[in-house]
Amino acid sequence: MAGELVLLDFWPSPFGMRSRIALAEKGIPYEYREEDLRNKSDLLLQMNPVHKKIPVLIHNGKPVCESVIQVQYIDEVWHDKAPLIPSDPYQRAVARFWVDFIDKKIYELGSKIWKTKGEEQANAKKEFIECLKLLEGELGDKTYFGGESLGYVDVALVPFYSWFYAYEKCGDFSIEAECPKMIAWVKRCMQKESVAKSLPDQEKVYEFILQLKKVFGIE
Amino acid sequence: MAESNVKVLGTWASPFVMRVKIALHLKSVRYEDVEEDLLAPKSELLLKSNPVYKKIPVFFHAHNPICESLIILQYIDEVWTTSASSILPSDPYERSQSRFWAAYVDDKFFPALRRLLIGATEEDKKAALAEVVGGTVVLEGAFGELSKGKAFFGGDNIGFVDIALGSLLGWIEVIGKQCETKLVSEAKTPRLVQWADCFSAHEAVKDVLPDVDKLADFGLKLRAKILKALALTN
Repeated sequence: MAGELVLLDFWPSPFGMRSRIALAEKGIPYEYREEDLRNKSDLLLQMNPVHKKIPVLIHNGKPVCESVIQVQYIDEVWHDKAPLIPSDPYQRAVARFWVDFIDKKIYELGSKIWKTKGEEQANAKKEFIECLKLLEGELGDKTYFGGESLGYVDVALVPFYSWFYAYEKCGDFSIEAECPKMIAWVKRCMQKESVAKSLPDQEKVYEFILQLKKVFGIE
Repeated sequence: MAESNVKVLGTWASPFVMRVKIALHLKSVRYEDVEEDLLAPKSELLLKSNPVYKKIPVFFHAHNPICESLIILQYIDEVWTTSASSILPSDPYERSQSRFWAAYVDDKFFPALRRLLIGATEEDKKAALAEVVGGTVVLEGAFGELSKGKAFFGGDNIGFVDIALGSLLGWIEVIGKQCETKLVSEAKTPRLVQWADCFSAHEAVKDVLPDVDKLADFGLKLRAKILKALALTN
């Protein structure tokens, strides 16, 4: 069942982090391969010809693309260890809804925060905080979105924490001040080895963003 | 199987709503059809049951609302398992491939199709057209891979990708007529052309796909509404 498992990834990618966390939660060994996105490998282009993007999970030579699809695949294949997706169909639909929401909103809004200024940035910050508040509402009093253990929504969302410092510096605001419950949840997640080892240092991500801003000519 | 409290809040013209109805027909599940008028202000039921996006379809089962058509499809597949037709494959790798291509339809193909419908300038339409036609060629390739020589993406029976893409066929025809082009052409995508005929004729599908002239008329009204809203926000 384990076979050969390779993850083509890029260290600051929150999408790649999702698969790293899922694999770590289940204790599945795999080979991590760093991609240079300015010089994509033949393997990446061959395994993901449609989007040419990371992460790509290659299991016994067969590619699985798109992080949410990878996490579901990992959960289905290694279903007996640390299940991430609820077994009840309705709870499952709710979890899928919030993961889809995270995909539609968080990355794009976060990108606007570091890429833009003035009114566009202010609107992005406002909407970003609104989205986090909606997610706080969904979390409620639970330890994790998955209940007592890490679940699908936790795995999909927590990677973005590694970008929070960069968003805060670029946007000149405090996410903890606006969404303390979210940060409390993040801290609980970060106590788990699977999460702590899968997320890069926030300062490193901020330096990376500063470099990107230079390259794109953004002040 | 008790099928009480199954409701679909949607509209006859929405391909996303069509997906849900096709899935319910496949599983022989009877439901209440609640029509939302897309050209009118949003109903209380819609705003209450989908507060995050305020969009149709919303699927109700035992008073629980579920939103987003592909999520609804998976829910239907997981709840009504006794029927012969499984929407997603049972093998995890094949499931991941089905999910990938359904996501492609929603994330790449549909947005390009929408840009072609509401394109304001000739340049916008030309770019969107190239994207849509390019997309059909990619989907032709996907069909080759997934169908394994059978009639549907799902093999012998219609599945997740068939429903995701097939629900767009009415709009594909309407938008194609608008651009005076066959978007799914015999020349570039012969297998998709054949597949489209098989899909449209399927028992679970034929009563769900709308009349093309009625859809074309609706399309003009929808386009006008969208362009007006865009003009107000610019």
